Amino acid sequence: MAKDPTRTAKKLALFAVAMFGFGFALVPIYEVVCEATGIGGRTGVISQSEAEADQVDAERLVTVEFDTNVDSALPWAFKAAEFNMKVHPGEMAEAVFVVENRSDKPVIGKAVPSVAPPIASKFFDKTECFCFTEQRLEAGERKEMIVRFVVGSQLPEDILIMTLSYRFFQVPDNADVAISDTKAVKTKI
Amino acid sequence: MNDAAVHDDHHDHDHKPTGIGRWLFSTNHKDIGTMYLVFSLFMFFVGGAMALVIRAELFQPGMQFVDPQFFNSMTTVHALVMIFGALMPAGVGLANWMIPIMIGAPDMAMPRMNNMSFWILPFAFTLLLSTFFMPGGAPAGGWTMYPPLVLQLGDGFPFLIFAVHFLGISSIMGAINIIATVFNMRAPGMTFMRLPLFVWTWIITAFLLIASMPVLAGAVTMLLTDKFFGTAFFDAAGGGDPLLFQHVFWFFGHPEVYILVLPSFGIISQIIPTFARKPLFGYASMVYATASIAFLSFFVWAHHMFAVGMPLTGELFFMYATMAIAVPTGVKIFNWTATMWKGSMTFETPMLFSIGVLFMFSIGGFSGLMMGITPVDFQYHDTYFIVAHFHYVIVPGIIYGVIAGVYYWLPKWTGVMYDEKLGKLHFWLSTISVNVLFFPMHFIGLAGMPRRIPDYSTQFADWNAIISIGGFVFGLSQLILVWVVIKCARGDGEKATDQVWESAHGLEFTLPSPPPFHSFTTPPVVTDATAHS
Repeated sequence: MAKDPTRTAKKLALFAVAMFGFGFALVPIYEVVCEATGIGGRTGVISQSEAEADQVDAERLVTVEFDTNVDSALPWAFKAAEFNMKVHPGEMAEAVFVVENRSDKPVIGKAVPSVAPPIASKFFDKTECFCFTEQRLEAGERKEMIVRFVVGSQLPEDILIMTLSYRFFQVPDNADVAISDTKAVKTKI
Repeated sequence: MNDAAVHDDHHDHDHKPTGIGRWLFSTNHKDIGTMYLVFSLFMFFVGGAMALVIRAELFQPGMQFVDPQFFNSMTTVHALVMIFGALMPAGVGLANWMIPIMIGAPDMAMPRMNNMSFWILPFAFTLLLSTFFMPGGAPAGGWTMYPPLVLQLGDGFPFLIFAVHFLGISSIMGAINIIATVFNMRAPGMTFMRLPLFVWTWIITAFLLIASMPVLAGAVTMLLTDKFFGTAFFDAAGGGDPLLFQHVFWFFGHPEVYILVLPSFGIISQIIPTFARKPLFGYASMVYATASIAFLSFFVWAHHMFAVGMPLTGELFFMYATMAIAVPTGVKIFNWTATMWKGSMTFETPMLFSIGVLFMFSIGGFSGLMMGITPVDFQYHDTYFIVAHFHYVIVPGIIYGVIAGVYYWLPKWTGVMYDEKLGKLHFWLSTISVNVLFFPMHFIGLAGMPRRIPDYSTQFADWNAIISIGGFVFGLSQLILVWVVIKCARGDGEKATDQVWESAHGLEFTLPSPPPFHSFTTPPVVTDATAHS
């Protein structure tokens, strides 16, 4: 036989290995696509001066709704002080969230934000958020936390309402109480 | 193999190794094909028994027989067993048996790898099925293994992941073997455009396997590291995204659908011309249509996840791409119909099952088109409508194709005709019951009954009772197939001729029935006149 099946098989095996790698390459590809399209509802972080540079569009009003969740493993209560607020695009806004540790132990949690609809998330930026750091609550402690955000003035005209959602997860290494309170509460005005 | 080498006796075709060693160490494509098919038939009944547990529980509203956790394990493992244990091994088994003798090769290109890829399967399923006896039970989060739910599985979790790895390795090795065989070992004159369509569909299937299976392996590896090694690919708390898994999974999952169905398309492309006594209509367009389906299958994955919240452009893209697949599929349906047009048709069992594929796969195809329309999919999503859809394409589409192939080639394999009366009984019982089983699922799905639940609202009670009856009749009817196969294997029946069927063409029908243990040690020469197409 003039042809060599082993050569073909080796090439195909190489192809299979490459496709295994491609499966992992899909992770960064997904990141890029999410970045570009807003899938995943990730919010942006900007500085105070960047936020102030945006033009306030006093003609438009956008409703921002607040949604709060707590992971089942975390014994916390978590609520927004107001369920929603109306903001002008480009305007700096501040929302207050209340979190309470209902267990008898200190617990560390971390909040993960997302914005829906996805396309709106590209225009949603925060200058300050309790989600930037891990939050440590003493047993029974209740705390008010703020988020400062700007809905960009470039927000598409057809978006009248958006939802900012937070979910608090327990930080696994709970025994470690090394995180100081000064680090947990970030103040930068 | 060693035996053949020791006895340098070319004339002694039927010299086989004896005892259990013949099967354990087999490098013979026919024996390995037989083992694949027997394994597949066995797993078909294992998966079928799980389906009957589901149908028994759903016969009436309320909880009767099993607890919800076990019910969820039944739906999950039923799917895994049927897809990886019954359908894929059946396809690979037929490929093993038929491809070398269809292209005039003495055996598969890599006989030892062939042995390995089969024997991995029993180990993989031992891993998977042993989870039933572990703390936390068998996988119950759905066969799609979506995180974070799947990560809640108990001790069985790593067993699930490694079972999937093994199954992937097995099928990738099988696929590599098939391509290496067809690309390098065709008989003189057997050009690519003279290949029987079953061979063509398998080449394309094999490429799909090699391209998509490793992606699944990657996805489940990420699940494994998320669970045990602190990575956060799919963990939102750690900055990952559970949706990512769905994208990666369905990047594998949709080509997988075609991995299952294309061999079945190939089988009926062999059978319909035989019993219509006409050459296959539009051979070349069949090949191109199959290749187009395979190519497009990599661009439609997100139609499985329209409801997760995608940008409008994404929904539209995946909707149109999905619709586009209907075009090459329509070409194939048209060609099969045109092959039968004005043919001198007879309706032996393989032909009946093939026509069954044509009709009932189309029903599943049409409901698939309905679900491909994004706006209406939100109604169908996760209801019994989708259960009806994919069971129509899988049971009377894929399984009927495999059964048709078994009836068609069984006389070739065993040397005796199967019992035609039993075959016809099998077909009609199956066809009536399969429609009683799956058609009403469309109704209860549209009415809002969700899938993967052990209990339901009483408004669905009547249809569910009817569906369960259909399910039990269908399941029991398959025992006829077992009996037919056993009868043939024991040589109980009329002697089959070499050609088996009056108008059968192809190299496999130039060999005696049953074919000798080693066939085509000197390659046949294929010309236009003897080519299959």
